[in-house]
Amino acid sequence: MLCAAVILAAAGGPRAFGLRTNTSIFSPASTPSSSIYSLSLFVLGLTLAIFVVVGGLILYAAVRFRQPADDDGVEPPQIFGSNQIELSWTIIPVLIVVVLFLATARIIFAIQDAPQPTSALEVTVIGHQYWWEFRYPTLHITTANELHIPVSTEKDPRPTFMKLTSADVIHSFWVPRLAGKEDVVPNRINELWMDAHTPGLYLGQCAQFCGIEHAKMLLRVYVDTPEQFAAWVKQEQQPGVQDPAVAAGRQEFETQACVNCHTIAGTPAHGQFGPDLTHLASRKTIASGAADNTTENLERWIDDPDLIKEGSLMPSMHLTSDQVHDITAYLNTLQ
Amino acid sequence: MAEGSIPLPGGLGAEVTPPEAFDGTWLERLHSWVVTVDHKKLGIMYVLYALFFFMVGGIEALIIRIQLFFPDNHFVGPETFNRMFTMHGTTMIFFVVMPLVFGFGNYLVPLMLGARDMAFPRLNAFSFWMSAFGGLLLYYSFIGGVGLQGAGNAPDVGWWAYSPLTSRAFSRGHSTDYWALALIVSGFGSIGVAINFIATAFCMRCKGMTLFRMPLLVWLYIVMSGLVILAVSPLTAAQVMLTIDRYLGGHFFDTQAGGSAVIWAHFFWIFGHPEVYVLVMPAFAVMNEVIPVFSRKAIFGYPAMVAASVGIGFVSLGVWAHHMFTIGMTSIGNAFFVLSTGLVGIPTGIKIFNWVATMWGGKIRYRTPMLFAVGFLVQFLLAGLTGIILSVAPFNWQLHNSYFVIAHFHYVIVGGILFALFAGIYYWFPKVTGRMLDERLGKWHFWLFLIGFHVCFDVMHIPGILGMPRSIYTYEADRGWTTLNQIVSVGAFVQGIAIIVFVYNIVHSCLKGREAGPDPWDAWTLEWSTTSPPPPYNFATEPVVRSRRPLWDLKHPDDPDEPLEA
Amino acid sequence: MSTIPLTHAPGHAVDPDWRLPSRGHVGMYSLIMAESAIFAIFVVAYLYYIGKSTYGPQPRQVLEVPILNTIFLLSSSFTIVMAERALVKRAKAAFRAWWALTITLGAIFLVGTGIEWDKLITKDGLTISTNLFGTTYYSLVGLHASHVVVGLIMLTAVLIFSLTGALKDEHTGKVEVLALYWHFVDAVWVVVFTVVYVIGR
Repeated sequence: MLCAAVILAAAGGPRAFGLRTNTSIFSPASTPSSSIYSLSLFVLGLTLAIFVVVGGLILYAAVRFRQPADDDGVEPPQIFGSNQIELSWTIIPVLIVVVLFLATARIIFAIQDAPQPTSALEVTVIGHQYWWEFRYPTLHITTANELHIPVSTEKDPRPTFMKLTSADVIHSFWVPRLAGKEDVVPNRINELWMDAHTPGLYLGQCAQFCGIEHAKMLLRVYVDTPEQFAAWVKQEQQPGVQDPAVAAGRQEFETQACVNCHTIAGTPAHGQFGPDLTHLASRKTIASGAADNTTENLERWIDDPDLIKEGSLMPSMHLTSDQVHDITAYLNTLQ
Repeated sequence: MAEGSIPLPGGLGAEVTPPEAFDGTWLERLHSWVVTVDHKKLGIMYVLYALFFFMVGGIEALIIRIQLFFPDNHFVGPETFNRMFTMHGTTMIFFVVMPLVFGFGNYLVPLMLGARDMAFPRLNAFSFWMSAFGGLLLYYSFIGGVGLQGAGNAPDVGWWAYSPLTSRAFSRGHSTDYWALALIVSGFGSIGVAINFIATAFCMRCKGMTLFRMPLLVWLYIVMSGLVILAVSPLTAAQVMLTIDRYLGGHFFDTQAGGSAVIWAHFFWIFGHPEVYVLVMPAFAVMNEVIPVFSRKAIFGYPAMVAASVGIGFVSLGVWAHHMFTIGMTSIGNAFFVLSTGLVGIPTGIKIFNWVATMWGGKIRYRTPMLFAVGFLVQFLLAGLTGIILSVAPFNWQLHNSYFVIAHFHYVIVGGILFALFAGIYYWFPKVTGRMLDERLGKWHFWLFLIGFHVCFDVMHIPGILGMPRSIYTYEADRGWTTLNQIVSVGAFVQGIAIIVFVYNIVHSCLKGREAGPDPWDAWTLEWSTTSPPPPYNFATEPVVRSRRPLWDLKHPDDPDEPLEA
Repeated sequence: MSTIPLTHAPGHAVDPDWRLPSRGHVGMYSLIMAESAIFAIFVVAYLYYIGKSTYGPQPRQVLEVPILNTIFLLSSSFTIVMAERALVKRAKAAFRAWWALTITLGAIFLVGTGIEWDKLITKDGLTISTNLFGTTYYSLVGLHASHVVVGLIMLTAVLIFSLTGALKDEHTGKVEVLALYWHFVDAVWVVVFTVVYVIGR
């Protein structure tokens, strides 16, 4: 029943089944996730067929051979086995396994060993306890939690090839509509690629338990049109905006411990432990997607991060409300 | 079963008297249980111990399900939630299902072999107490809270405890130490009992009980014990390494010093995958006894069943990295583990077909054990198929660590193993206590548990497909997971109610159940030839057998089984 | 209290010489399998981490091949076989002499390991927490040495039983089982030696 429901929903694909959400693996939007989707339909079909046949046999035997109400009490004939029958039901599973293996191996090699084209964008993903760092080595950009990549079309293929590593424990990078997940392991570099076919926002989150706030280590991937992406790159390459109107906030930021963990390019803040804040105001969320990037949320976050994300490694600095207000005002200018 | 049972030769019916009740104060009685080396008493203690922790682990599961009932729920905090799923997993695997299957084996293997005890009774008692102390050590972490010499609280690293999350740097306090020590201690107990099963099966058989006349249950316990020996030992070694890292400043899993996080995953799953088969072999074992007796037919293809079990045992040692398709193995490595995992499906398929063939042409009596057995067959089939789905590496890249995986392995462990063990409890309870479990309550238990199980775990596959990862204490409201999680939680509570019925049935039937007599199911293996409960020495005279079904031969002198050559 | 008399009428096919393997041997072989699995994991960790230490002493700089020590331990396998033969022949004095020699050889091995560790710790500054090499080296060699210690304790117990006359003829089988364990400890040393002092250097 379950299998049937899943395969109907997967193959039919209409929204009616509710399986086309923004984190559904049955709503693929890139080449690797699409080929996984096609393979999954084949596998689901095969297993469904096995389930119908074998499950049917079990239920038929269970119903057909129950003790009749008017049973004479004589034991049924005792049969101890049959080599022919047993051989036949050994060979059929062997054939199924071979077919399944060949179909699977083809997709494994197609995805895992795909060559990296020269037009590819390179991104280094670094997992941290409970946020994501993204570095674009060729573009000299560092950002956090919200990954921007260009759309990749057949005419203009611009896939994104990622190298993944971790600064602390094992995480796992998973944006279901764009690619299967890949673990983010310390002292090791893993690789993953994707080529989003349509612009938009794609959601995901960390998929390997990594500590207390694993649940709020969310991921957002923005797939931009070539123009949007170029504009975003240009903006990100700028140093932090310095607005004299919020000098008090900046001073507060730089004299507090904030600079030990955070970087704002063009200022003395060079910390590496927390997310880069150079363009914080251009991000839609804070705390790795745990809250929208509004002034109110930012103030709460700076006042006491546990209010939004209990167990976050950012400490509460016990600031006065004026200090919180000034720092928030400063951060809000960092477009 | 009184009705329809054939009077046994030897005029058994009239002569049965239960073993004299043990006289003495309650303290003396308790003492007799603590110091016992009797395999039957130890078996009962294993099962009671497992049932106690089953309640505890179940309550942890319900706390998890309440927390996930609403998005952004605040029933428990993230720290508590993480402890709950860590303790739930560790408890259910190591302190529920393992002691449960060890208890079954302890009670049944010597009886089925016509032996008077296990090969090493004192090692047997030692093993039980090691397992028991392991569980206490794990749960002591709760009590040894922050107040006690800075000890931590319950472990919160997941039951798979991937490094380096377990290192001193990321797991402060002592909770992870309790976890590692508990598994080392109970691991020695498991290895001890496994050695005992193997020595018992090979060295304690009664006259005429050649290897190929042994009940299939004993064969499966041999395979299970082999897997415990080859799989729990690596886990123990890995836990020792973890303890060296945490206490002596070692670097086995220290990524800062050049150590590898992946090697822990390998070590853990070299244990972890065969462990599934450690748990499932006894479930197969119960099926091999229950299905023939209630279908009134001999097991179909005994040699094939033995070969398939041994085959599954061997293959299961070479599939561990299918838990690690996303950890960054090469394409060749991934392809290898796809193939090896697929191979497990072949002997497993043979087993299912042989069980169906055993039912085929029989006269199936639907008493509670057989209901659970049919439930097992259908659900184990589905669990196997979702296992095949997960073994397809690219599909696994999407499904790994999602709720689909959670649903899959609960299908195996609850829908498969637990259903089989329930069948076993209903089947052998009369032998152990001398009283029948209540049929009406048993059917309530079955149907409630079946419904709760399917509501809970069928639906649980879908949030995984919709991208819900495991181990998260809360989720965003906009992901479309809310309704599904609510259905799952309702199913969990229905199962909880079924378990209450089950526990009530056990207590009620222990006190007031119908007298069972020695052979209530009209069965064929040696344990049914002695009184219920059996005397401390099991058999007044040591049995002699000449076929696989000694009691069939006695009941059907006109149509005995083919005697097999020794 | 009765059970069904399951004794069949004579003439049925029951092997008159019903023989089962010795539970001591089966148990010990099972234990050896379990121990081998534990050693295998430590050996794999050692092999995997060869050359991966990022700082501190490396094997080539500090390890000396313990040839003499190895000869002592391996020859104890020979002496224990001689002791068993003497026991079967009921030559008590010879048994005690060979048995005591076995214990002596094992003890010399332990002392040798102690001297080696003392040199590594005090002279070369290598401890279990120094680097990956230290961690894997002390764990693997230490795991083996702990098995030697356990073996020596049991061997000594048997020697005492023999001297006090508590060791009777019917205990021969148990002594053989213990000797099996000792052979295993020796065999593991061959593996450890190869991994640590041959491949690892």
